Parts: sequence; C-alpha cells; structure tokens
Amino acid sequence: MDSDIVMVDEKGKRADGREADELRPMKIEAGVLPNADGSAYLEIGKNKVLAAVYGPRECHPRHLQDPTKAIVQCKYNMQSYSVGDRKRPGPDRRSVEISKIISEALESVILTELFPRASIDVYIEIMQANAGTRCAGLSAASVALADAGIPMRDLVPSVAVGKADGKLLLDLNKEEDNFGEADLPLAIIPKTDEVVLLQMDGHMTKEEFDAAMKMGVAACHQIYEMQRDALRRRYSVTEEEEVEE
Amino acid sequence: MEDTNTKPKREVVVPGDLLDDKGLRPGSGTYVQEGKVYSSLLGVKSIRSNYVNVIPLSGRYLPQTADTVVGKIIDIGPSNWLVDINAPYPAPLHVNEVPWRVEFGDTARFLKVGDVIMAKILMMDETNKIQVTMNESGMRKLQGGHVIQISYSKVPRVIGKGGSMIQMIKNMTDSRIFVGQNGMIWIEGELDNILVASRAIEMIDEGAQSSNLTERVKEYLESNAPAEGQ
Repeated sequence: MDSDIVMVDEKGKRADGREADELRPMKIEAGVLPNADGSAYLEIGKNKVLAAVYGPRECHPRHLQDPTKAIVQCKYNMQSYSVGDRKRPGPDRRSVEISKIISEALESVILTELFPRASIDVYIEIMQANAGTRCAGLSAASVALADAGIPMRDLVPSVAVGKADGKLLLDLNKEEDNFGEADLPLAIIPKTDEVVLLQMDGHMTKEEFDAAMKMGVAACHQIYEMQRDALRRRYSVTEEEEVEE
Repeated sequence: MEDTNTKPKREVVVPGDLLDDKGLRPGSGTYVQEGKVYSSLLGVKSIRSNYVNVIPLSGRYLPQTADTVVGKIIDIGPSNWLVDINAPYPAPLHVNEVPWRVEFGDTARFLKVGDVIMAKILMMDETNKIQVTMNESGMRKLQGGHVIQISYSKVPRVIGKGGSMIQMIKNMTDSRIFVGQNGMIWIEGELDNILVASRAIEMIDEGAQSSNLTERVKEYLESNAPAEGQ
C-alpha cells in the first residue's frame, strides 16, 4: 500500500502497542438488561456492544414460522453516534447482511428443533464501533443466548484477522482496518473448531489465509474462555454458597 | 465453599461443557455428541440415578402435562380463550374445558381479557401445541389479587421443602397465594401484606442459590409483617 502510515514497527509491535497475535483488551458481562430474557454487554478495545435476546416466543409475522424448528431472527444495528461521522440511522445494506450472517451462525448452535414454530429474537446494538463489530456482536449475542436459557450446543466466539503492512494481525482496530490490505472475520464452534462464519475483504495468499485461520481459531478459544467466565460470574454466588434443597 | 451438606457441591455449567464421558445417561438440558454428554444450558449440573441433568438457571417455561399454572386471559374467541402462561406458545382454553356451560360466542361473559385463572396443562404434544383445562378440582378464576412473575426455575424454592416456604409466607403475611409451575404467582390479601409477600418472593427469586435463604426470608417477614404475624 502506498501510504506512509506505519502500522507495524521494526520490533513487530503495532501502533497501539499490541503484538501481532494479541487481542484488544476485552470485557464481557452477562445479564445487564432486566427486561430482556437474556443479555450481554461486550467491550473489545473501543468497541462497545449490547446484545439482547427475547424468546423463544411466538413467531410474528406468522408466515415466517417453521413447523419443524424455531427461527433465529437477528437484528444488528449501529447507533448513529457509534462512528466518527454520524451514521444515518436505520437498516442499510451492510447491517442487513451482518444480521443475516449472524443469525445463520447462531442458528447452527441453537437446538432450534426443540421449539417448532417459535422465534428467537436477537438484537445487537453497536454503541461504539472501532472495527470488528460483527465479531463483537456475535460473541456478545451468544453469551446473551446462554443467559436467556436457550438450549445450544456451544458458545460462539468470533474474531477478525487481518493484514496490514504486509503482516498478519489479529483483531484489527479501525486504523489497521482502514489502511490495511485484508480483513477476515471468522467464528467457530470451539468444541469442534467448526467454522460458522467466515468472510473476507481484500486479498491474501493461500499461505497467509491458512496462517490467518490458525491465528483466528486460537484467539477464538481465548474469547471462549472469557465468555464462559462471564456466564459463570453471573451466578458466582451459586458456586460459593450452595445448599441442597 | 464450606461443606455444609453431605451432597457434593453442585457445579455451574454453561452450554457446551462436558458433563460426562463415562456412561451416564443424558437427562434434561443435555445433548450427546460422539458418545459424550454435554450441557446445552446455563445451569447447575445434577446427577440422579444414572442420569446427568442440567437444572436451568433461566429460560422460558416449557409446559409439562398436568402442571398447574397461573395464567392471564389475553384474547377471546367465540369458542375459546387464549391464556398467557409465559410459555413460548399461546395456550388456548376451549369452552369444553371450563366448568361452566358456555353458549357459542358467549365466552366473554365468563372470562374477560385480563382475568387471571388457575389452570392445568391438559397436554403438550410433540409439535408443542398446548391445551389448558379448568375441568379439574381446584382450577378456577382468581378474583381480585395481584400477580407477580418470577423465573419458573425458582418455583421449587418458593414452595420450599414440603411447602414450608410458601406456608411461612402465607401465614406471616396473612394472605392467600397460588404458585403456578410457570412462575406466575397470584397473591391476595391486604395491600400492605401483598407488598410484603411479593417482596419476600422476589428475595427468593434473586437469591434462590444462597444458603440460609429460609432464615433471611423469615427475618424479613418478621420485621415487616403485619402485627398479627407470629
């Protein structure tokens, strides 16, 4: 790329001081919204994401009902103040696409056949965006689903790997994303390393792609531990002062 | 983590946690993959007679046949009512399932929208179609009173061992209480007593896991219950 911005210095450190395979500081909290059946708040770097889950509940509109299983309806929405220049509120091409891929990723872990004709509604609100919001949203949504008591096979951690300055970097931030060469968001089922979401923007060689996948999967396992920890923390009292009825 | 009981410590599990790979059988809240039993819920692991179960900590009420529930009428049809029992599906109550003789189209005379009833789950078939009935002893329309909603998984704690908890709340607040398996609770009595009773139940809902819950609730009731409470 023909820019004089240095994203990785001679020592391999990035502009924000991270190593190439280091995640941004991350925080997850489960059960933050009293009115939702399940919810989660997630921060990764400067991203701030809120996810809420409602249901399983009766599916409206009726014609979307599936008599064999529940449907997962996800709505990814960016607040107008979430980015530097005000985002025009409301759904656009990008958020409709992200909503669709996130619902499909979640549908692959939820035991939907337990709730025929029902709908599980997931709302993801991006309060502040700094690259990698679809991954942050998906990670938060899967914690919110577990918090809502929805039966699922596993949690879904998600992270993006990218390329900037010709080097593979984990969990790109805004600058690296904007001036980098490629971005590869992915989500996996940690137990089997099955891929449930994979997109790519930009160019990578096959070798780079393989290395990026490996890096992303390893990071997903880190995020997975944080997700589990967030859920357990919500009921920490349980572990300490348990008494049999 | 003191060992107050002979029972082993119950462990909080999240979806995807391995529960057992040594031949225990999968119970509720679990699924099997490659011969191993995993949790499908956020809940507490419990092993009972060769089955591993996960007792949920949250979630929607899924009706079981013969459960007694408290429900609210949300819609009226010419030959049925729709009851909200906090399940993922609407629960119709057919005119044949009420203890009154109802002419076609005359349903609104018996139960109106907003009325609260005690009903029994008649059946829940494999496609999760629910039917409720009031043709059972004790099922009736609940007049007056107040309805509160707690998580259905906490209902056993609200009732307590052999009904001890709910009996204590009833006696000490001098109110009438019905607890539905779906987590809807109907309380009737003096306004102040209702408030004390519902606060006590909320306490149970919030702290269902903590030890000495009974004492804490008792203490609360003693300091706030009306004068005639023991």
